[in-house]
Amino acid sequence: MNIEKDKILQELNRAIVRGEIETARCLAERTVKSGFLPLATIQKSCLPAIEEVGRLWEVGDYFLPELIAGAEAMKAAMSVLQVALKDSGQTLESSGKVVIGTVEGDIHDIGKNLVASMLRATGFEVIDLGADVKLEKFIEIALREKAEVIALSALLTTTMLNQKRFVGLLVNQNLRQEFKVIVGGAPVSERWAREIGADGYGESAVQAVELVREILKKK
Amino acid sequence: MIKKRTPKVEFLSQQAVEAIVGEAFELLQKIGIFVENDEALKLLAEADQSIDRSKNRAFISRELVENSLSTCRSGVRLYDFNGEKEYLIGKDEIHFNPGSAAVKILDSENLREREPQTQDLVRFYKLTETLENIDFQSTAMVSSDVPQEVADIYRLYLGLLFCQKPFVTGIFRVESLKPMLDLLVAVRGDEKRLAEKPLAIFDACPSPPLKWSRLTAQSLIDCSRLGVPSELISMGLTGATSPVTLAGTLVQHTAENLSGVVICQMARPGSPVIFGGSPASFDMRKGTTPMGAVETMMIDCACSQIGKYLNLPTHAYMGLSDSKLVDAQAGLETAMGAVLAGLAGINVVSGPGMLDFESTQSLEKLVIDNDICGQILRMVRGVELHEQPLALDLFREIGKDFNFLTLAHTRKWYRHEHYFSSVLDREVYDTWLACGRKDAFNRARDEIEKRLRKYRLSELSSETLAEIKSIMRSYARSCGLEKLPEITE
Repeated sequence: MNIEKDKILQELNRAIVRGEIETARCLAERTVKSGFLPLATIQKSCLPAIEEVGRLWEVGDYFLPELIAGAEAMKAAMSVLQVALKDSGQTLESSGKVVIGTVEGDIHDIGKNLVASMLRATGFEVIDLGADVKLEKFIEIALREKAEVIALSALLTTTMLNQKRFVGLLVNQNLRQEFKVIVGGAPVSERWAREIGADGYGESAVQAVELVREILKKK
Repeated sequence: MIKKRTPKVEFLSQQAVEAIVGEAFELLQKIGIFVENDEALKLLAEADQSIDRSKNRAFISRELVENSLSTCRSGVRLYDFNGEKEYLIGKDEIHFNPGSAAVKILDSENLREREPQTQDLVRFYKLTETLENIDFQSTAMVSSDVPQEVADIYRLYLGLLFCQKPFVTGIFRVESLKPMLDLLVAVRGDEKRLAEKPLAIFDACPSPPLKWSRLTAQSLIDCSRLGVPSELISMGLTGATSPVTLAGTLVQHTAENLSGVVICQMARPGSPVIFGGSPASFDMRKGTTPMGAVETMMIDCACSQIGKYLNLPTHAYMGLSDSKLVDAQAGLETAMGAVLAGLAGINVVSGPGMLDFESTQSLEKLVIDNDICGQILRMVRGVELHEQPLALDLFREIGKDFNFLTLAHTRKWYRHEHYFSSVLDREVYDTWLACGRKDAFNRARDEIEKRLRKYRLSELSSETLAEIKSIMRSYARSCGLEKLPEITE
């Protein structure tokens, strides 16, 4: 029985690492039907899988299509397991709540979507406001949802100025201490993040996950 | 006369071109395009096209596309500021112009990117005026010392103050369209004369996949009505905003361009339109859009081949680099792209001077690129067969010492047959040492100063000048800007 169980968990892990979305969903369903505890499945099989996807990205074996597929497969498995988790009365502690979006004036969302998927896949609750998002809206939603982190994306050098404006807006409204602000996007850099008084910058979606973990640890 | 061969490169077979165009027709008919502009949707509805209003989606019939193509011109003409010099955009004519709308400039002194200001743009314009192989100006940098609201028109305004060469430009905001067109009308005197002798091309970029925003569609419509050429800049990114295969991206690119052609021809049949684009190979590791990637260049060349098949003038963003410095990568990517653009016979080639994914301009690079462009313009003339016999007679004339240097034939042809570079190093080693061991970048830096000293401002009529200034000022005021930056000569 245990050997059989281990095999399924291993297969689920492999499906996520390989980005096989349908297989991951089916295997997650099988674990539930076979009566595995969903929390254990997530901890033993799914989370290590998405970590492995991140590692493969970091070492340069994985490219964006594999990274996205990995996050999607994770999402497919988790959508099944989270329902089961609720039914079983167990809870998976959320790693944190992040409000994310591309700042106003900017319609580019490829990078932002990727960061959102990776954060979701690694256990964060993500509220994705989309692209061309008014700065006030980030604050409004973050307050309402009691988010801990606000993530601002910008692809254009003209719109990245809105990241700076946003930090100013928080300061003006006396809310700067309420949220951690992180920034990303092609023209954005570590230096820019420091310059505008943001809490951090991630160069890639994988690093964004690391960053959020780090700054929430410090909190 | 023996016929000469024009060197040429083609990436697609005739069958491949037909297959791509065929799928593009189907794409427009079955999937349709998204048009966020009421006027454009109205034009399409009037042409009996099926429209899903809830999604701003228009399904365009093959018949309408073919009708639109039949009213297009195969060549577009552009004229300089004085309306004297004519440039044909069509056939296999090649016109280079600087890559446009850079938000950064590579600082000549500290070699770091920084935001350009009015003075940088003025220097850039003056320098470009002196570059023999760059036919058109482009509104090449976004000046950071004016607010975003006036950034697009301000570039063109400054350009008209300093330049004779025609412009490639475009809008960032729909509000700027009218005053920018007003500037052009002011130069020519009235709308009719502007239509007869267009001074600028307006770039309009559909958002991939298959979408014309309110801004870009309006640009197409208003420019077409005035007879100002529109340049269609589709920019699919392989595997991100368009299919990952080059052929797949070509289908989308063709469909987007064709829909632009339709909007222009609906606005005014016969309006000038250029089949163009800035597609790119999307880097699956970095998430960037390398303009210097060979796949990007292959897509560009193939697009142009499709444009030529459709009997339209063509454009591409080539002859630029993703490097952050004017280094070996900058040279190799620029030259590779520009050579291919030349061999593909692309009519408008935008790119010289550009670095860092279309974001940074460098004056030094522009000067070096001028030499690249010059050699390509030479190359595409091919091996010419001026007289016959080709050489035999020379050997009869020549003295015992076989000295070709003294021949009249040499004096007659040497300038025509050979390109003379301004910054490439062709010194012997010792002379190069004596000249300060300078690399291309540093030679280019010297060359810039030399050329800027040569620049002469052409006199504008005082009425034209007053009108241009008044259009700019009143628009700036409408955006809350009372004073424009000082221009020091």
